[in-house]
Amino acid sequence: MSKEKFDYFINGEKGKYEVVIGLEVHAQVLSNSKLFSGSSTKFGADPNKQVSLIDSAFPGMLPVINEECVKQAIRTGLGLNAKINNYSVFDRKNYFYADLPQGYQISQYKNPIVGEGKVLLDMPYGSKEIGIERLHLEQDAGKSIHDMDPSNTYVDLNRSGIALMEIVSKPHLRSPDEVNAYIKKLRTIMRYLGTCDGNMQEGSLRADVNVSVRKVGDKNFGTRCEIKNVNSIKFMQMAIEYEANRQVELLEDGKEIDQETRLFDTKKNETRSMRSKEDAHDYRYFPDPDLLPLKLEQKLIDDLKKSLPELPDNKKERFIKEYGLNSYEANVLVSEKEISDYYEEVAKLSDKKLAATWMMGDLFAMLNDKGLNISNSPISAKNFAELVQSIKSGEISGRIAKDVFEIMVESGDNPKKIIESKGMKQQSDPKELEKMINEILLKNKDKVDQYKAGKEKLFGFFVGEVMKLSSGKANPQLTNEILKKILKG
Amino acid sequence: MSLDKEKIKHVAKLARISVDEAKVDSLTKDLNSIFKFIEQLNELNTDKVEPLTSILNRSLRSRKDEINDGKIREKILKNSPKKNEEFFVVPKVVE
Repeated sequence: MSKEKFDYFINGEKGKYEVVIGLEVHAQVLSNSKLFSGSSTKFGADPNKQVSLIDSAFPGMLPVINEECVKQAIRTGLGLNAKINNYSVFDRKNYFYADLPQGYQISQYKNPIVGEGKVLLDMPYGSKEIGIERLHLEQDAGKSIHDMDPSNTYVDLNRSGIALMEIVSKPHLRSPDEVNAYIKKLRTIMRYLGTCDGNMQEGSLRADVNVSVRKVGDKNFGTRCEIKNVNSIKFMQMAIEYEANRQVELLEDGKEIDQETRLFDTKKNETRSMRSKEDAHDYRYFPDPDLLPLKLEQKLIDDLKKSLPELPDNKKERFIKEYGLNSYEANVLVSEKEISDYYEEVAKLSDKKLAATWMMGDLFAMLNDKGLNISNSPISAKNFAELVQSIKSGEISGRIAKDVFEIMVESGDNPKKIIESKGMKQQSDPKELEKMINEILLKNKDKVDQYKAGKEKLFGFFVGEVMKLSSGKANPQLTNEILKKILKG
Repeated sequence: MSLDKEKIKHVAKLARISVDEAKVDSLTKDLNSIFKFIEQLNELNTDKVEPLTSILNRSLRSRKDEINDGKIREKILKNSPKKNEEFFVVPKVVE
């Protein structure tokens, strides 16, 4: 199979540039309570209702770590094929901001809980491995609301102290498309693991994007800029596109790139410098004296490893082997755990390949259209499997199946019942078909003569007439066969 | 290690401590003498010694993932100098 070639470059007058991207993804850990306090993590609560004295940094409060958050980080690390560190340390990252009441974020600096790992991407030009540098646990900050008052900022600390996993990639990404694939893959893996819901609208997954450019062939990296806190894949892609072009323009003009923190303005579609963050890189990290080092028993790690669910890469391999799907189909069907579960249920009861085709075609189109997802599909897996079987067995044609499908969506009914009650069964009796065909040929003698004289595309006309006469129920394959035979004779 | 005046001012700024310009000189002198005292520790060879992050020979205490705190908004907002019923209110900080 010929593959597309990677071709994301920026052409300048002085040469061709490639874009180098590394991501720091902040993924909110799925847990009931916060990393160091017993406040709830539930999204959407009234402001400041899920805040304890620890989260609001009252003097004398001591953080106590949530064991489930530690396990979630380990699970995620294992899902990223990463090394889990038996010894890690919590540090204080010091900076001042209104939504950070402690004046520091508890994070992990020199000794993170998870070390190097890797993620596999399926790109049109082949599979690509993206290295993971590390994953560490840290606290989220509160939320500042700037648009409720012209002269004040309102602070809601509900998010303050919720556990985050910061997943740092190596600078292995080379295009907005690869960033898209990478984020989606991380999201899929974490949703399979149940360690992060990946809900970008609610801010459960956001990223800082590091972008630099260099001439193709250069061994050294260019100076990078960090674009802070981008919360959708589309915005990440737009920000990268803008930022890479900005940097190339500077270089082309013989100017230098300042290493700085930038902000992506979604309204103007541009990045701009965040001057207030100039000193921000001076975080003065030091080990948090309130917390002892985190030591993990190897047994805990091994037990968690044994209890991991089947992950998307493995499931994809299995789908290809077990169900005869191609790589593309398998990719789509494992992209969400719920989709893969639905597919497996359908595939067990019907033709595996046809089930995949119909799921990825009509079912997905309908769900998309109605703004639904597989979990609240109006068609149950069992009914969907029956529909697929009715097509496979020749009971109904693919065309009629589309009508049955429509009715299933409306009524939620079982396809057998619909086919039965509406008389939609395919006409597959050769005698009946032959009768109909002869009738039509008789009525269109002139066209039969033209056909025999060489105007072969009239064949389609005859088939169409048969379909009309049978109200679409004639078995198309059989009709073709019989029609050919009669016209020959 | 010794600190110059600029460094002292920088650290003060990061820590949001206002330092009187007139006191910078004496502060620099004081701090440097403290550093000098501490630097005696460098005379020891610690090449093969792991950094000690705690003198307690215990491991980190953990808790179960249970919700047993929060829902004390009134208490939390009580000491806030400027507030409304629901939020902390601070001078506008926006990029």
